[in-house]
Amino acid sequence: MADFKQAYQAIVIGSSAGGLHALSSIFELLPADYPIPIMVVQHRSKDHNALLEEVLQAKCVIKIKQADEKEIISPGCVYIAPPDYHLLVEDNKTFSLSSDPPVHYSRPSVDVLFESAAQVYKKQLIGIVLTGANSDGAEGIIEIRKNGGVTIAQSLLDADFVYMPRAAIQTLQVVHVWTLKEISSYLLNLIR
Amino acid sequence: MKIDPKELRQLLESILYVYGYDFTEYAEASVRRRVDNYMNIKNIDAPEVLAKMILQDEKFFEEFVQHVSVTVTEMFRDPGFYRSLRENVMGRLATYPFIKIWIAGCATGEEVYSVAILLKEAGLLNRSVIYATDINQKSLQIAKEGVYPMDNMKTHISNYQKSGGIESFSEYYKAKYNSVMFDKSLKQNIVFAPHNLAVDTSFNEFQLIICRNVLIYFNQQLQNKVINLFYESLCPLGFLGLGSKESLLFAEKKKYFDDVDRKEKIFVKAR
Repeated sequence: MADFKQAYQAIVIGSSAGGLHALSSIFELLPADYPIPIMVVQHRSKDHNALLEEVLQAKCVIKIKQADEKEIISPGCVYIAPPDYHLLVEDNKTFSLSSDPPVHYSRPSVDVLFESAAQVYKKQLIGIVLTGANSDGAEGIIEIRKNGGVTIAQSLLDADFVYMPRAAIQTLQVVHVWTLKEISSYLLNLIR
Repeated sequence: MKIDPKELRQLLESILYVYGYDFTEYAEASVRRRVDNYMNIKNIDAPEVLAKMILQDEKFFEEFVQHVSVTVTEMFRDPGFYRSLRENVMGRLATYPFIKIWIAGCATGEEVYSVAILLKEAGLLNRSVIYATDINQKSLQIAKEGVYPMDNMKTHISNYQKSGGIESFSEYYKAKYNSVMFDKSLKQNIVFAPHNLAVDTSFNEFQLIICRNVLIYFNQQLQNKVINLFYESLCPLGFLGLGSKESLLFAEKKKYFDDVDRKEKIFVKAR
């Protein structure tokens, strides 16, 4: 157990259009005590406050919750960025929220989460860009790679919306281009 | 190149030492992002160059402060909050002969005019004074002018209606070219003034304090300090309204506040 903990301390995931299906097909395979904390930015409308977490939780055994500001980031949990706020990771492994202007028309923005997580977790971070119709996440991927983390994009044949993973891949900083199935087995293999 | 946490701390500490502006208790990740952003805009690629420019040139420092302390908002942001103010707070405010309200961290003023509109619709505006404060002088200037881009009006009007507004919103402003200007009658009881929550003290006693999406930028100690300041600045049974993701969870004074609307983060100071 000690080994992978040293290898990876956090997983960040960005998704947009088509994200609900993609996220649930990954999370429903994870055990409740999955030891690496997972943080997600899924672009969402601010009017549907809790729905996304509820829908995902109904399909998963791992705990799914909206991230709260100052919350301590813990294993065995998938944290989802709240609607209308950027989600950031602090040096002391807690969350911050920000109301700064949208990035790529998005708040929460994938880039904001990825860049702040990259600064904190450095090479112990895995960043994944899934389906979406927006270029958010590409700059974050560059930052994660620059800090030595692992970068993954959903393969274009597999994604419902290719724009977002394609923008990530075009940075040439994506290490693995995988289907959802391959991403899930990679995440599971990390703890075997 | 991005500034790393250690360089950021050094920079914020020297700013405190040289200029007395205290950003050391801000949540670091957001400040770091804004500093990176500023370096990017100014084409400065090394943090030490930025630090040098800030510490040697006061004008440059002021511009930097304006940039890193700016916050954005919209009218009737989170309409449910304003609906709750209408339903749970206005009636209680009406029992006071003279109403004092503090909007702390008012940014560019959109929420100040929103509150003024609520007061007007409750028939309370002419016996109210709203103190609207912010650390950022540029934002305060925009707030004072009350002129906003036409492009944002669609959101503002939709928020107003969702907040339970039934008047014709266009009565409150005049449109000119691509801007709208809010009515003088809304402004006459608003006092705009600079106030820095990190270092300044209480300046009056209020029946309602609104401070939304400001605490999220502070670390726990500063959040606690500011909640203490609000506690001292509220009259008994005075109301406190926070942003939708903010709470009193880490505040020492938590037990001296009761929920008015748990979801919309409206609290009342216990007697």
